[in-house]
Amino acid sequence: MANPVQKFEYRPAALRKRYDNFIGGKWMAPVKGRYFSDTSPLNQMELAEVARSSAEDVELALDAAHKAKDAWGRTAPAERARILNKIADRIDENLSLIANVETVDNGKPIRETLNADVPLAADHFRYFASCIRAEEGSLAELDNDTVAYHFREPLGVVGQIIPWNFPLLMAAWKLAPALVAGNCVVIKPASDTPLSLALLMDLAGDLLPPGVLNVVFGHGAEVGTPLARSPRISKIAFTGETTTGRQIMQYAAETIIPQTMELGGKSPNIFFADVMDQDDAFLDKALEGFALFAFNKGEVCTCPSRALIQESMFDKFMEKAVARVAKIKVGDPLDLSTQMGPQCSHGQMEKILNYIEIGKQEGAKLVTGGERAHPGGDFEKGFFLKPTVFVGNNKMRIFQEEIFGPVLSVATFKDRDEAIRIGNDTLYGLGAGVWSRDVNNTYRVGREIQAGRVWTNCYHAYPAHAAFGGYKQSGFGRETHKMILDHYQQTKNLLVSYSTKAMGFF
Amino acid sequence: MPDRVLVTPEAATLIRRLKAEHGPLVFHQSGGCCEGTAPMCFKQSDFRVGQNDVFLGVIAGCPFYIGAATFRYFAYTQIVIDVTRGGGDSFSLEAPDGVRFVTRSRLFSDVEARELDAAGPPAMGPQAFQQCQSADGQENQSRPQGG
Repeated sequence: MANPVQKFEYRPAALRKRYDNFIGGKWMAPVKGRYFSDTSPLNQMELAEVARSSAEDVELALDAAHKAKDAWGRTAPAERARILNKIADRIDENLSLIANVETVDNGKPIRETLNADVPLAADHFRYFASCIRAEEGSLAELDNDTVAYHFREPLGVVGQIIPWNFPLLMAAWKLAPALVAGNCVVIKPASDTPLSLALLMDLAGDLLPPGVLNVVFGHGAEVGTPLARSPRISKIAFTGETTTGRQIMQYAAETIIPQTMELGGKSPNIFFADVMDQDDAFLDKALEGFALFAFNKGEVCTCPSRALIQESMFDKFMEKAVARVAKIKVGDPLDLSTQMGPQCSHGQMEKILNYIEIGKQEGAKLVTGGERAHPGGDFEKGFFLKPTVFVGNNKMRIFQEEIFGPVLSVATFKDRDEAIRIGNDTLYGLGAGVWSRDVNNTYRVGREIQAGRVWTNCYHAYPAHAAFGGYKQSGFGRETHKMILDHYQQTKNLLVSYSTKAMGFF
Repeated sequence: MPDRVLVTPEAATLIRRLKAEHGPLVFHQSGGCCEGTAPMCFKQSDFRVGQNDVFLGVIAGCPFYIGAATFRYFAYTQIVIDVTRGGGDSFSLEAPDGVRFVTRSRLFSDVEARELDAAGPPAMGPQAFQQCQSADGQENQSRPQGG
């Protein structure tokens, strides 16, 4: 396939200088008139000013959503699906631009945004457009005269809080099922990465009726809190860390609304010795699987941040695997050959460096990386780190706490039972990887691992129609599959009697 | 017995400013995704400390808690709460000002670890801070839990 020559910009000209909130189908200045500066993690260049909203703006967004909800809820599924498909088309038509914006706002390499984040976002809209067309309620004939009809009805107005690691894709995961099920949404993108969703409102905001989708920019404490605790939402969806997840669930307990929570992980990536039985394409794939902890610079909830290697092949495997990691190209994320860009923010980089220090203190052996990277030039101001590999044991803090960076902790196991035991010795249960040529083995391990998704002989694939969500402290609810529609709908039962006879009680 | 949690002067100044603006505060060490594994600063009225939260101590007059499951891995680590340049989106109260509290860690020495073991497990739940307050009344830079 020919790769057209593409020109990317460090500050795409298509961006506005300033973004207000998108409420009721139009751009609306924040009530308090405050803005924050959104900068690029590549070089700290300002990309745009963005509304620093407050509770008043959340109320305006909720007003608009409530005004729109009855009509949207009654809109035919075919029409809602048609609109979602058009949103997907607009994303595809502007793929390079959106990928460019996502890359400079978040730091993720353009090869990832062009080939994963943006096309997947479009596909999730299409997937849920299809699901709703195929959905139907049910009826049960309870007796000759009595029928129970079950209708799927929207919840009304829902709140969604999006993380900064996959700004557009996580928004698509949450928006597509909510909108297609007939809900109106107030969504808060992360303040570090507001631009891809802001741009999408410019590109596709006209497609939805005013008020169906409202975007309020700002900080968690100033926008997220009033949104999550509002008695005017019927559901809250959150992706983020555990303490805030708890706080949001406490609010939801006060207003008695359902929640979905995706709260991170410390995913094991388990390599059995038979991956080295042959030096072939499968071994190459497994070695890539080892290096995938550096995907999106490790800023992924499912980052395979613990590699468990069968003892009998440890030295041989590690020699090849570490060589693979050492070859990871860190640098300008707008260069198509770059594999790892800068961490998303200064605070994030600092946290990761603190963990590298903890790993050293704990006596883990640093095998590669362990420091800042210096791509030179303008990028000296960027938040670049080298992909880092430690060898240690699973009781260490670097094996137990989510670092959310390109830091891999490696340990060994003797046999299948020990692999499962170490794999499950974690607070979290979002993802896991299992690599073996023996499918009976991978099946057994996959069933025993306490995680919502076990990638088997693969990792970091996020297709629509495969359920994603956590066990244990990684949260609950399953996204990217039609079953998430259940979380954005409620069931109406019409219990109908076609008999003309009284019951006979009174 | 060594303190389990300390605070740098810069972080203490920021905490006092946030307290003047928002009222009584509570810290909770988070885990997991994105902003996780960071100390979160909330209004006391906005976050309910539960019986499964371990009380690590007091920083600049504010209680510092950590979930019991996470504490298992922090039991032999002294943490120092510092402040750094932002960002990172967060529900923590300092984040809108472009700064972030960060947790810096030091492993306790063997002598310190034995002292901590001898003192028994730290207190849990919201009452732990209340008891600590009534024990010495004073708001201070940093205090270990009462006892």
